[in-house]
Amino acid sequence: MALRIDENQKRLVGSFSEESYPDECCGFLLGRRSGTDKEVVLIMPTVNEQVRTEKYHRFLISPEAYLKCERYAQENELDILGFYHSHPDAPACPSDFDLKHAWPWYSYIIVSVRKGQTSNVTSWVLADDRMSFEGEVIESNPYSPEEQDVASRPVESQEDRTWD
Amino acid sequence: MAVKILIPTALRQYTNDLASIEVVGETVGDLFLAFTREFPEIRKHLFLEDGKIRNFVNVYVNDDDIRHLQRSATPVKDSDVVSIVPSVAGGSQSGDAELSPQEIERYSRHLIMPEVAVSGQKKLKAASVLLVGVGGLGSPVSMYLAAAGVGRIGLIDSDVVDTTNLQRQVLYSTADVGRPKLQAAIDRLNGINPFLKIETYQERLTSQNALEIAASYDIIVDGTDNFPTRYLVNDVCVLLGKPNVYGSIFRFEGQASVFYAGEGPCYRCLYPEPPPPGLVPSCAEGGVLGILPGTIGMIQATEAVKLIIGKGEPLIGRLLLYDALAMTYRELKLRKDPDCPICGEKPTVTRLIDYDHFCGIGTAADRRVPEPVREISVIELNNRRSAGKELHLIDVREPHEFDICRLPDSLLIPLGSLEQRIAELDRSWDIVVMCRSGIRSAKAVKFLREAGFEQVENLKGGILAWADEIDSSLPKY
Repeated sequence: MALRIDENQKRLVGSFSEESYPDECCGFLLGRRSGTDKEVVLIMPTVNEQVRTEKYHRFLISPEAYLKCERYAQENELDILGFYHSHPDAPACPSDFDLKHAWPWYSYIIVSVRKGQTSNVTSWVLADDRMSFEGEVIESNPYSPEEQDVASRPVESQEDRTWD
Repeated sequence: MAVKILIPTALRQYTNDLASIEVVGETVGDLFLAFTREFPEIRKHLFLEDGKIRNFVNVYVNDDDIRHLQRSATPVKDSDVVSIVPSVAGGSQSGDAELSPQEIERYSRHLIMPEVAVSGQKKLKAASVLLVGVGGLGSPVSMYLAAAGVGRIGLIDSDVVDTTNLQRQVLYSTADVGRPKLQAAIDRLNGINPFLKIETYQERLTSQNALEIAASYDIIVDGTDNFPTRYLVNDVCVLLGKPNVYGSIFRFEGQASVFYAGEGPCYRCLYPEPPPPGLVPSCAEGGVLGILPGTIGMIQATEAVKLIIGKGEPLIGRLLLYDALAMTYRELKLRKDPDCPICGEKPTVTRLIDYDHFCGIGTAADRRVPEPVREISVIELNNRRSAGKELHLIDVREPHEFDICRLPDSLLIPLGSLEQRIAELDRSWDIVVMCRSGIRSAKAVKFLREAGFEQVENLKGGILAWADEIDSSLPKY
């Protein structure tokens, strides 16, 4: 069980996290499944819908945003593989709050941002008993040119961080 | 009738990898009953142990959330598509933080009460409270909230510890005199409870910084000693929708309430306008029983904790009046004023204003008292007395102040009795009038001049200036 993501995509998650510091950011991981492995081909940022005063330690993705993303994924023959979010000035490991709200199977990428700089990126999957997270190996492929277009798409639309 | 249910990727491992399945039923409830009977493993991810749907699981019939329809009784028909849609949430700091074994031991007397218990203690740990002013009220509030385990405490105060603070501000010790209050406070609060985050703002709360500072706290505690800041705290809380745990003290009497515009009245509903400047004396002018801020501050701390754990009846819409001499508590019911300028139906105050101006400070009304009166400095008075010039020194303070310290050969006539005792004075005398700081004596000089006394002067800076510049053995108060 591993999460494959190329270095460029991984860096993108880091830069979104730094950009929204000291607030948390969040978004979707879209890609393909191969056996028990997942391959992320697209990072899709979305609005952190938590109330403004809570964003420094909370994120929320609305069901409407999820529905939209799922529709986009279907049209492009991709799956929602999981989500990423940042932990400003906190370790890159899931909190109890993360655990309580977690869904099975999905990969949860967590980016630790210390003083505005990405310090660590990890990925986690909920254990079957819902009592804990299990660490997931992130396999970073070197940057591949043929995926450049896909990878850069959300950067262009990053201004309002929605897809409409 | 078969209805299609769309399964999110996360749950397909329980549906033999099917992205959608067809189930028969008349309502959403029927569908889920049948569906979870067929795939029992999926139950624990959709429902809590008590059978309620988990709050991050959303069910849509076509494009509508069933919470906005008839929930599980929502009827379905053939062509409908039912989707299970995740809300995805998380975050770094736990709102429901685990308690370490050390914390469990520390808070054990809370944990064994069902009203607090582990869940309440976790709420305290996740909570944040901002204390505006860390003086008489802020001392007990900060110490008790720290001891109770409030996870994040913000302190705003720009003062240094003064000897006159120690009679009531129990957060500070004698060795702290001259230190910034916040430095001393951090040391003391960390000593009480090292498991907390203490954040300090060594500045005054102003219209410029208030919203930004207050925004990240759940509750604001008002421990201010002046009207401009009190109105500022109120308005910040109304604009940000946060509860304002209010307390105020004077001599032997105190007040407490919780102003929470979302659920009841605010401070402006009770006092739409500030009193004219100078009418209500501050603690520095009028004095305060040292224990009084303890009593009122602990009521504020209690209210803050109740709001956090969500138990009991908060002081919202009630003003508690405490009289230490009579040892009575009275309670006034407060109503929300529909015409309140900030939380009423048609608010006219929609952002922070200039509160000094609002309270008449720096305006004509404020300057009314110190009209030009002839003044004499303490040095000049000392020279004249040393030179043996004949002059009469009238002290217009109260007898109990006179007992604390006085100048030799001064005559005590309290300001309030000057009119009755005017016959004791001779219009041919050279008179110097004094008080503690020179304010009351200026009023006396004005009164005497209007009564025909021509050689009357005010001692500038009062007995405090005398202690500073002439005789350092004189105690200051």
